[in-house]
Amino acid sequence: MNATTMAEGVRRGELSATALAEESLRAIRARNDELNVFLHVDEDGAMAAAARVDDAVKRGVDPGRLAGVPIALKDNLCQIGIPTTCSSRILEGWRPPYNATVIDRLIGAGAVAVGKTNLDEFAMGSSTETSAFGPTRNPLDPTRVPGGSSGGSAAAVAAAMTPLALGSDTGGSIRQPAALCGIVGVKPTYGLVSRYGLIAFASSLDQIGPFATNVADAALLLEVIAGHDPMDSTSLPEPAPSLVAHLRDGVAGKRVGLVRELIDGADAEIVAAVERAAAVLVDGGATVVELSIPELRLGLSAYYLIAPAEASSNLARYDGVRYGLRVDAQDVTAMNEATRTAGFGAEVKRRIMLGTYALSAGYYDAYYGQALKVRTQMRDAFKRAYHEVDLLLGATTPSVAFTFGSKTNDPMAMYLSDVFTIPTNLAGEAALSVPFGRGEADLPIGVQLLGPGRSEAQLLAAAQVLEDAERGS
Amino acid sequence: MTLPDDWEMVVGLEVHTELRTATKMFCGCANVFGAEANTNVCPVCLGLPGSLPVLNERAVSMAMAIGMALHATIAPSTFHRKNYFYPDMPKDFQISQYDLPINAGGYLDLPDGSRVSIERAHLEEDTGKSTHLGASGRIHGADRSLVDYNRSGVPLVEIVSGPDIRSSAQARLYASELRGVLIATGASDGRMEEGSMRIDANVSVRHAGAPFGTRCEIKNLNSLRSLQRAIEFEAERQVVLIEGGGVVRQETRHWDETVGATSTMRVKEEAEDYRYFREPDLVDLAPDAAWQRRVADSLGPMPAERRAAVVALLGGVNDAQRDAIDVVIDLGLERYVHATAAAGGDVAVAVARVANELAGADDVSKLTEAAFVATVAMEASGRLSATQAKSVLVDLLASGGDPVSIAAARGFEQLSADSLGDVVSTLIDAHPDEWGRFRDGDDKLAQFFIGLVMRETKGRANGKAVIAELNARR
Repeated sequence: MNATTMAEGVRRGELSATALAEESLRAIRARNDELNVFLHVDEDGAMAAAARVDDAVKRGVDPGRLAGVPIALKDNLCQIGIPTTCSSRILEGWRPPYNATVIDRLIGAGAVAVGKTNLDEFAMGSSTETSAFGPTRNPLDPTRVPGGSSGGSAAAVAAAMTPLALGSDTGGSIRQPAALCGIVGVKPTYGLVSRYGLIAFASSLDQIGPFATNVADAALLLEVIAGHDPMDSTSLPEPAPSLVAHLRDGVAGKRVGLVRELIDGADAEIVAAVERAAAVLVDGGATVVELSIPELRLGLSAYYLIAPAEASSNLARYDGVRYGLRVDAQDVTAMNEATRTAGFGAEVKRRIMLGTYALSAGYYDAYYGQALKVRTQMRDAFKRAYHEVDLLLGATTPSVAFTFGSKTNDPMAMYLSDVFTIPTNLAGEAALSVPFGRGEADLPIGVQLLGPGRSEAQLLAAAQVLEDAERGS
Repeated sequence: MTLPDDWEMVVGLEVHTELRTATKMFCGCANVFGAEANTNVCPVCLGLPGSLPVLNERAVSMAMAIGMALHATIAPSTFHRKNYFYPDMPKDFQISQYDLPINAGGYLDLPDGSRVSIERAHLEEDTGKSTHLGASGRIHGADRSLVDYNRSGVPLVEIVSGPDIRSSAQARLYASELRGVLIATGASDGRMEEGSMRIDANVSVRHAGAPFGTRCEIKNLNSLRSLQRAIEFEAERQVVLIEGGGVVRQETRHWDETVGATSTMRVKEEAEDYRYFREPDLVDLAPDAAWQRRVADSLGPMPAERRAAVVALLGGVNDAQRDAIDVVIDLGLERYVHATAAAGGDVAVAVARVANELAGADDVSKLTEAAFVATVAMEASGRLSATQAKSVLVDLLASGGDPVSIAAARGFEQLSADSLGDVVSTLIDAHPDEWGRFRDGDDKLAQFFIGLVMRETKGRANGKAVIAELNARR
């Protein structure tokens, strides 16, 4: 059952939130040991939240647009009293004293948070393999990765443990696992969703977004969590956009650019899927033109300077003084070093070192400063493209879900799995991944739709056209 | 102190002032001094994972007020992160301003006629406060360290002067004048003893006219006296070092008030690379013209102008009066002086009473200007003695009211000339030896008789009137 149907049933009193929560918890218990999706399951909290929803319905009070819908939360979102680790030893034992804004909004809409999902440590990775608590397995083929960094959230939805999940996308961390798990994932416009309570990886790139089995559910969840938040200075000033109401807008008259740089290097079956998606959009009345945006090729190298630079500063606070892990030593400097040495994994250390170096006196201009210039060029290039077309089309990933260990010894190979998704984050714009076709070993392929800032309604409407075509409706 | 031969010191000051906002710079926690440790804290000022800063508009207004008072240019600015590890800094970076400060350029004119240029005055957040337990009193060698994060995130403005200061006395004068300006803008309470104004001094020496020497930075000077002493010590140390064939190392030094000496904290090679970069969690700051106008309109006159206004009322002033005027301006109490002048009263008496009796009070709100003016008038006309006027003011400060009724209630009505004459005659009769010496020209004995009269009349007599009575009988 999808989330929209669940919420409608609960609001009408035809479905029990308690029963939905029980079903979700049962599904988690059945496969969590095998797949390692959840780091923490809040059974008591979920049952209590569901009971409150049922009680509200009984009293004739509308519990909200996500009434009784179980939802999984990436474990970099702060929830009062719930262990929040970012899949890192360094935060072990820490329980936030406050809720992320998105969590307050979910609670306000009647959603039932069932637990915290696994991720690459501090969201640094593309396979969930850098988690300090073991990798998550892809529910569609447990010998393969679910993608990352929001691999746990994507897997929760793909394994039907919850119909909805929240992830965060810094360079593709929602869209890539959505593609690899065969579900819908949206990276909203920077500032559309408040980052307050999202544990920062790279602040100028991070954005929270929805996972769902279908486009309509993703639109519903995004509507609930979006809109201005005075606690986030980078939050867009306006209220949440209307998305669900525009799902059936179609693509008639839209101009779509099929971007060469967003398919170059992808497996042939993926390129074929993107071309087939273009044809479906044309059938829907869109015009598709082939485009080249050469600046996109610079995205990866700019990203791997900007994101680590910000991360090196964001992760400085894990120093053993106030919370989380502390490894005692003879003085404060030694304690700090021992704590960070023991608490961070190899990928996190690699990025802290990269970022520290890129910001260092004498290297700033050559590295970080240069990356910022590339970022500006990227924004300008997108702007020019959106002068010609309404939306862009490409692949989400170069390949379908890969097997464990196949890229862990080669950071560059791992980084390349985000080559198509990174440019959107650098530009601060919107993009989504929607399942479209199957590839090697019958594994799902994700097609990526990209648009300018605040284009979520158009993107979701176009994704709906592709989803309808896939379902033969 | 003067440096030997043709040596000259070159000093620039970095003054940090806490802003008197109700809440902290990036969160809603109260900005107050002296609360129980770690009670004014929240996820933001504790730098908890996931928290984000939101800029306090009041802090921006106050920073602009400081800039305007220092004749600086208010410019579009940005925030940067200054990255370094320290246990009392919860994020292990400080949000500050770097290449684009809110206030650039400017100057401050000092009472001695000199002008010190201002390079910049920028916004940043304060750190928490560490207490290191153990013999050293410093972080290294401490048995245990305690951190209070109440101060973490308190808004600061750092005011950086040009290297224009040439003596320790001028440095002190600059700091004192700047303190007055900060208080006048309403941005700071200027309380150095509470750490709301802290000073770092950059000191170098050179032969007059030569290029700048290598400078040392003395950190955290917490009083004007320490500032002056530390600069003197440091300049002398550098001269002695160079004359002995040594070379000054660029370093950060610590001033020990009890020893009266500076010592090395860290040398330049150990200096941190702060890895400044734009704070991605904040947006650019560009106060529009209307906002700037609101701040400018709210700004009253600065101390120099206010001092000049009081001096003008007095005509000429002596050193004691100059000091008294400084106190009056410092405390912002010159409205009592102006009210006295407007009523045609004695301004010199008014300045003295404000600088003494009012300055000693915790709160002047119960004392109306009219009551003050009337008290001064009663003293000037001889209806109250100086001692009586002072105690009337004490009563007015404590509980308000009008001076005539207070004087009456206290029995401060002056003696009539007749009854004073009777008292004086009686006392002369009782002390023939002293009277004889007074009559023979020993004027000092006037004080003896005044004392007797005061005791006899319980302070109700006017000293000048007593002298007149004595002289009439000489």
